[in-house]
Amino acid sequence: MDCNIYVENILDHYHNPRNFGKPEKFDIYRNEFNPLCGDKISVFIKLNKNIIEDIKFTGNGCAISQAAASILTEHIKGKDIEEIKQYGEHQIMELLGIKISHLRLKCALLSIKTIQNALNQ
Amino acid sequence: MKLMSKYLDVEKIKEDFPIFQRKIGNNQLIYLDSASTSHKPISVLDSISNFYKLHNSNVHRGIYTLSEEATTLYEESRLKVANFIGANDNEIIFTHGTTESINMVAKSLFSSYLKKGDEIITTNLEHHSNFVPWQYLSKKYGLKLIIWEISKEGNLDLGKLENLITDKTKLIAVTHISNVLGTINPIDKIAKIAHKNNSLILIDGAQSVPHTQINVKELNIDILAFSGHKMLATTGIGVLYVKKDILDKIDPSSFGGGMISQVTQEDSMWAPIPWKFEAGTPNIEGAISISAAIDYLNKVGLNNIHNHEMQLSKYASDLLVKIPGLQLYGPNIKSGIISFNLGKIHPHDISTVLDTQGIAVRGGHHCCMPLMKSLCINGTTRASFYLYNTFEDIEYLSKFLLKVKEVFK
Repeated sequence: MDCNIYVENILDHYHNPRNFGKPEKFDIYRNEFNPLCGDKISVFIKLNKNIIEDIKFTGNGCAISQAAASILTEHIKGKDIEEIKQYGEHQIMELLGIKISHLRLKCALLSIKTIQNALNQ
Repeated sequence: MKLMSKYLDVEKIKEDFPIFQRKIGNNQLIYLDSASTSHKPISVLDSISNFYKLHNSNVHRGIYTLSEEATTLYEESRLKVANFIGANDNEIIFTHGTTESINMVAKSLFSSYLKKGDEIITTNLEHHSNFVPWQYLSKKYGLKLIIWEISKEGNLDLGKLENLITDKTKLIAVTHISNVLGTINPIDKIAKIAHKNNSLILIDGAQSVPHTQINVKELNIDILAFSGHKMLATTGIGVLYVKKDILDKIDPSSFGGGMISQVTQEDSMWAPIPWKFEAGTPNIEGAISISAAIDYLNKVGLNNIHNHEMQLSKYASDLLVKIPGLQLYGPNIKSGIISFNLGKIHPHDISTVLDTQGIAVRGGHHCCMPLMKSLCINGTTRASFYLYNTFEDIEYLSKFLLKVKEVFK
């Protein structure tokens, strides 16, 4: 059947999320909520000057929101926070590698929104 | 063997609904979200088009042929709605939908009937539209909002109501049929308890009026709200029924053109009921579409529709419960609304996968966050039925829920 957004990579990250769990030490914490779906994401970031040294997340919700958080946290580790602050829809879609309908976009963007709000707070 | 409805010729009914001619991707549309909005038969669509082609003008304003025709059509719709629910036409107010109906009457009750210290009873089964207005206005005006909580099975226990009601209870606001669990509440009995206590009863009829025969006089309902778009008419039209002796006592909550009899610099006098509650140019084509929708529903027969849906509901419960990991919510006997969860798969993921097969279901909290909290869940997937649904639709749903499980295994 054609369920083109639930590709192998997305399902893998959904079933086996990377960087999942609350770490003992972190510098910044933030949680966000998507009221439409009830998706929840919390991020815990450890910084080394301007560099994201480590990031972990917890949360629950749909496969897209949780897989996106897993993929994104893996991707941004070691990157400059100024670069991450510039991320938008385009970068996330490229990372996920799937085509998402307008109605599900909020699910895909919840984790970047949470991370950016954490970095800007 | 293909199961056929005992009550309706569904294949013939489907021919009246143009939307079923289109495909979703390469698939037939299997529409299981009528609790959200219904599709429209061609007669309803024609009624709107004819209005604009032949009679378009404002109502109650122009002294010319077109305006007279538009006014006649609009007022005939009011009479038809009144007959449909067993009311008088001066007790029918056209609104934009159930939400506006409840908000409108709530504001009127708070400004001219309820007072500080009074109590209102509502339930944790309600759609936000019959919950948030009471919560907000009670806080603002110093009233007490009391929540009548459902049982584990999703029913309202009348004994509990007897314990909650006091001499301060002025209003009981309750849904007739739950938009999540399909619970059918015993409105006649609730009304008796309310009236014995001199309380008013307000019924959210959004999920019942389109599907089952309601007579407001027989059930002794004081206030009833429902929407056109869930009963084959268009969006943006709704109905508020209020008993005449209450309507006479309460103030309007919206002011402007069309609702006055006289305005001076110092003061204004209101038009007679029901017009004093209809400020501004109304949704004329919406009212006309309700009239055409009622004609269609009457032709098919509401009892047939109700019986057909009860059959589908039972069939769906029996079939879905066989899927390993699937949990059904709500009482055993319910209207044509089935809510469930499938393992830990998020309802939106289920909806997205089913959509690839042309199956439209609703996933989420269904505007019932207090109910979700009481069930300790974030949301459900919901399938809801109407006169154009078949047993095959449900078999399709069941078959592809197994596929959903495969995708997320």
